[in-house]
Amino acid sequence: MNDNDELGYLKIGPGIYKTRISKNFLTRKTYQPADPRIILSFIPGTVLDIMVKPGQLVFKGDDLMILDAMKMKNRLKCNMDGKVKNISVRKGDKVSKGTVMIELE
Amino acid sequence: MPVNKKINELHEKRRKVLLGGGEQAIEKQKALGKRTARERIMSLLDENSFNEYDLFVEHDARDFDMDKKSLPSDGVIIGSGTIYKAPVAVFAQDFTVAGGSLGLMHSRKITKIMDYALKMRIPLIGINDSGGARIQEGVNSLAGYGEIFFRNTISSGVIPQISVILGPCAGGAVYSPALTDFVFVVDNISKMFITGPEVIKTVLGEEISMEDLGGARVHSEVTGNAHFFAMTEEECFDQIKKLITFIPWNNGQKARMFEPCEPKPEYNINKIVPEDPSLPYDVKDVIRAIADDSDFFEIMELYAKNIVIGFGRMGGRTAGFVANQPLEMAGVLDVNSSDKAARFIRYCDAFNIPLITLVDLPGYMPGVDQEHAGVIRHGAKLLYAYSEATVPKLTVILRKAYGGGYIAMSSRHLRADFVFAWPSAEIAVMGPEGAANIIFRKEIMSSDDPDSMRKQKVEEYKIKFANPYVAASRGYVDAVIEPSETRKFLLHSIEVSENKIITLPQKKHGLPPF
Repeated sequence: MNDNDELGYLKIGPGIYKTRISKNFLTRKTYQPADPRIILSFIPGTVLDIMVKPGQLVFKGDDLMILDAMKMKNRLKCNMDGKVKNISVRKGDKVSKGTVMIELE
Repeated sequence: MPVNKKINELHEKRRKVLLGGGEQAIEKQKALGKRTARERIMSLLDENSFNEYDLFVEHDARDFDMDKKSLPSDGVIIGSGTIYKAPVAVFAQDFTVAGGSLGLMHSRKITKIMDYALKMRIPLIGINDSGGARIQEGVNSLAGYGEIFFRNTISSGVIPQISVILGPCAGGAVYSPALTDFVFVVDNISKMFITGPEVIKTVLGEEISMEDLGGARVHSEVTGNAHFFAMTEEECFDQIKKLITFIPWNNGQKARMFEPCEPKPEYNINKIVPEDPSLPYDVKDVIRAIADDSDFFEIMELYAKNIVIGFGRMGGRTAGFVANQPLEMAGVLDVNSSDKAARFIRYCDAFNIPLITLVDLPGYMPGVDQEHAGVIRHGAKLLYAYSEATVPKLTVILRKAYGGGYIAMSSRHLRADFVFAWPSAEIAVMGPEGAANIIFRKEIMSSDDPDSMRKQKVEEYKIKFANPYVAASRGYVDAVIEPSETRKFLLHSIEVSENKIITLPQKKHGLPPF
């Protein structure tokens, strides 16, 4: 073994091992608990319609917007009672997966 | 003479068809670093061994002016021949003819050779180089793909099926290789994806190059769809030929015997594994120190490198090696490495290849990402595959074998036939640090100097439990052996297992945690 320079240390439980660390491991996403106040695009698509305005009061189950993706008009519903704080997309915008579209408070 | 005239007519007919899509299309193919379909078959098979069938098949599509078009051999070449004298059935899509697109007759040629391979119980090699479905033939193209997938599935585990991706293989077409045993790819030539970059861009707005989306490297390193990566077509064919030497013609036979040959002296088995269980080494060196001629033919070399799989020979017989790789991610089991090893174990079991498992792992990988990626069901695949396998199963515990990892890696409890352990083996419910912290918690906490007490207790635990002798005292390990005795013990074990018979309960099929 002569590529000692690539080796790092990996902690598994109480043990620490000298080894190569994979790209997958280094770039893994750390866990973020889901926040009902933030409406993310769950699929890449096009914003077809937005039914709410900033400052508007919204209730659990209300329609917030329609995201057109995979030949399907997906209705995004509100998951909590609250107020629209910010809308960061406009009708016709193409969004990739995981884009923040609406923030509630 | 009339007979000569008829023969000349045959020659003339052949000459026309053998040109495929014509000189221009062939030039284009070559400019991409690709060979023509027939050249590929010729360089893969033994010289003059290829018998071609269905040379004169033509499509019979009528719509969209297709009746005015002639597509020589309908864009695919089928036949059979030999590789190192072993018979194989082959098809190769011809990209120079209508982009190798798959229409009804094209698919019928492929299914014909697939049926023939299954009936004759010989390996099938498919060379894929196709733009996809022939749109003009509509649902007939889809029917063709479906017929191929069905045969791939029915033949699975009966005859070896090998897919070679030497061009684009897109859309539904990718599912045929995915259903076969081994997928070969070549850098810059192979492209596999369900939806191409253009569709992804128009539908989803994401931009990516063809190479980054589904090139040879991506499928070898990231997706795990490919098993063998080569820089050139030539290297790829050498890999296929080598693979053929390790596997039997079908599931009713054993792989060919070769002349036994001692490992090379430069792999000194006594000096490979460091004593400190936290230090790495290359487990492939251990395999090379054990296998005939130190020859190890690795599979999926670039994917989930924390486990190593591949073929070698022991006393002339093919053996499938599965080994934790302490050099990569400490050799942990995780989602991808479990998946990789489990499939290989099932391959060896289907084709009567004994398994040799080398164990040195700290356990399953902890972490939210692993748990959420389903390490439970993927990890279970390994338990399932080892338990289900009825081929001879030999296990050598080199060093660490902790917890669930110990059980999963072909332990006695999953019916390994022989379990050997080196004196450096640490077979325990968990690593000494973890175990001592739990068992001696009270003593450590109530001590005036918890740190030195912890160290003392870890040492105590190490001496008492982190060794092979506790497992050996229960018969879970059959013999504690010196590293230098490993080959002798394995050779004998394989020999005595030659006629191993195990009967499992009758069932339609089990339900492995796919």
